Amino acid sequence: MQTTEVSSLTTSPPPTLAGQEILSVDGLSLSFGGVKALQHVSFSVEEGSVTSVIGPNGAGKTSLFNSISGFYTPSEGNVNFLGKNVNKIAPPDRAAMGMARTFQNIALFKGMTVLDNIKLGRHAHLKTNILEALFYFGPAQRTEAALRREIEEKIIDFLEIDHIRNSSVGALSYGLQKRVELARALAMQPKILLLDEPVAGMNREETEDMARFILDVKEEWGVTVLMVEHDMGLVMDISDHVVCLNFGQVITQGLPDEVQGHPDVISAYLGSGDVTALRKKFKEGR
Amino acid sequence: MRIGTAKENYTADEALFDTNIQRGWMIALMIALFALPFMTGQYAIYLVCLVMINIVSTTGLNILTGFTGLVSLGQAAFMGVGAYTVAIMEINLGTPFLLNLLIAGSGAALVGIVVGLPSLRVKGLYLAIATIAASVILHFIFANWTSMTGGVSGLSMPPASLFGLELVQPDQVYWIIMPITVLMLFGAANLFRTRIGRAFIAIRDRDISAEVLGIRLLRFKLLSFAISSFYAGVAGGLWAYFFRVITPESFPLLMSIFFLAAIIVGGMGSILGGILGATFMTMVPEILKMMVGVLSPIWPDAVAVMSPVRVVVFGALIIFFLIFEPDGLAEIWRNIRRFFHLWPFKT
Repeated sequence: MQTTEVSSLTTSPPPTLAGQEILSVDGLSLSFGGVKALQHVSFSVEEGSVTSVIGPNGAGKTSLFNSISGFYTPSEGNVNFLGKNVNKIAPPDRAAMGMARTFQNIALFKGMTVLDNIKLGRHAHLKTNILEALFYFGPAQRTEAALRREIEEKIIDFLEIDHIRNSSVGALSYGLQKRVELARALAMQPKILLLDEPVAGMNREETEDMARFILDVKEEWGVTVLMVEHDMGLVMDISDHVVCLNFGQVITQGLPDEVQGHPDVISAYLGSGDVTALRKKFKEGR
Repeated sequence: MRIGTAKENYTADEALFDTNIQRGWMIALMIALFALPFMTGQYAIYLVCLVMINIVSTTGLNILTGFTGLVSLGQAAFMGVGAYTVAIMEINLGTPFLLNLLIAGSGAALVGIVVGLPSLRVKGLYLAIATIAASVILHFIFANWTSMTGGVSGLSMPPASLFGLELVQPDQVYWIIMPITVLMLFGAANLFRTRIGRAFIAIRDRDISAEVLGIRLLRFKLLSFAISSFYAGVAGGLWAYFFRVITPESFPLLMSIFFLAAIIVGGMGSILGGILGATFMTMVPEILKMMVGVLSPIWPDAVAVMSPVRVVVFGALIIFFLIFEPDGLAEIWRNIRRFFHLWPFKT
């Protein structure tokens, strides 16, 4: 276990966990030419939970995320969000429905300040039209002031990034950039947050901070989290449900402990040609 | 040296000019703009008007290319659409100039939207080629739709009139050009304080993640084309009122390249950059011309010998600025400001 203090926070599931599924993936298949990136992937995400998708490199985790957020059109199967089939809905409209995501390789806008990046998150919910924008009168000014207040008081304060609000994002450390990306996703007023490797490349302290933020997002904001992550310590500590992919298929899914101990998961990560197992077999055979 | 600026609410922090010193300078600039026609001669006002028309068009291109990242070489043709619209309306209908300019801008915006349609599929140099094609087509229309545009000989139009007074001389047309330029610059600056401007920058920096944030790419790319060509159309309309003779050769492809050079020299993605770039590109050749003129009493052959040198110097200056400060004149200006803010401490 990597972070004991984090795991103590998740001893019991929150009472808000209604057990209703907010997002479900049903028999999803995706292929590029002859390559089958995903094959009949099915799982569901309960409202108010943290669900993690794990699997070795190339297992199809990012393809799955891209299918959920609408970049790839699945060749078979459905993605249902809020009880509605969203297969035919374009990414911007999925965002407006309350689907927010962060990217594995940070996708912040380098030419803007941290504050403007976060404000961008609210885009789909703002209504300012072109005339109001050019003259910046009444509604535009009120909208911007209200947005600024909310971002300052709820998001920037919560993620502890008030010292960098006016910096250009290009100048920030990796960990802070990841945090700004989370801030931007939260500004989208999401119902579900898709995090693609939220702690990749972070040191231990930054990872612990991020784990704390993810849990707070779940418990204080009531936002459901679906994440792809390689850091097993983090996954096992904060997840309510874990889905393990390999070669585009779901090997197993369930509670973190069940998945962690599952023989197929171990062999997916370590390979079936495990040295100790081989040595044991070799000895027995002799 | 400035230590910090205290703000009491978020609206104050979001203001365009957030310190009293900045507001003071702005007021001083406005007074100067109003006093200018009374203090200088026609030639100086002529240059100022020309600079302002170029600033409007350059700012339009900056919104499209500098802020949204869509390279366009159609700006001059869009100006042509505006200029012809104004001329045709002024000649045939005699409607008030403000209405004419508004319709000129809107007409150019519509053309801009059509030209922008390929932008969802093609980017960068490919889009530039597509806009060149559009400007060639527009040039063809200007030259051959004789019943409307007067063909190759063009149109000559009556001057604008304000409260019954005809605006003929540069210091008279100035009273149309100056307020509209100021208004449009404030409009452009305001745009980038709202969701629309932020969406443009997002599309420039990473269009895929912009989509995930709920930005509809085609709609906002076309909106950017529309706003940019609206600026071009209005600039073209002002141009028409200023020169009052419009021919198909008034808006050559070279002029589009001039505007592109202006935003690169001035600073892409900065309103100040558009202003500085357009001023630089318009004024430096004039200043070099004047310098040659000053030399001529001492050196009678100066004009003949130095004229080609003038062009070379102009080109060399552009290259010098690009190497010295790739982010343009706006960045040089910001560095100067930063220096004075931190002075006397080391920057």
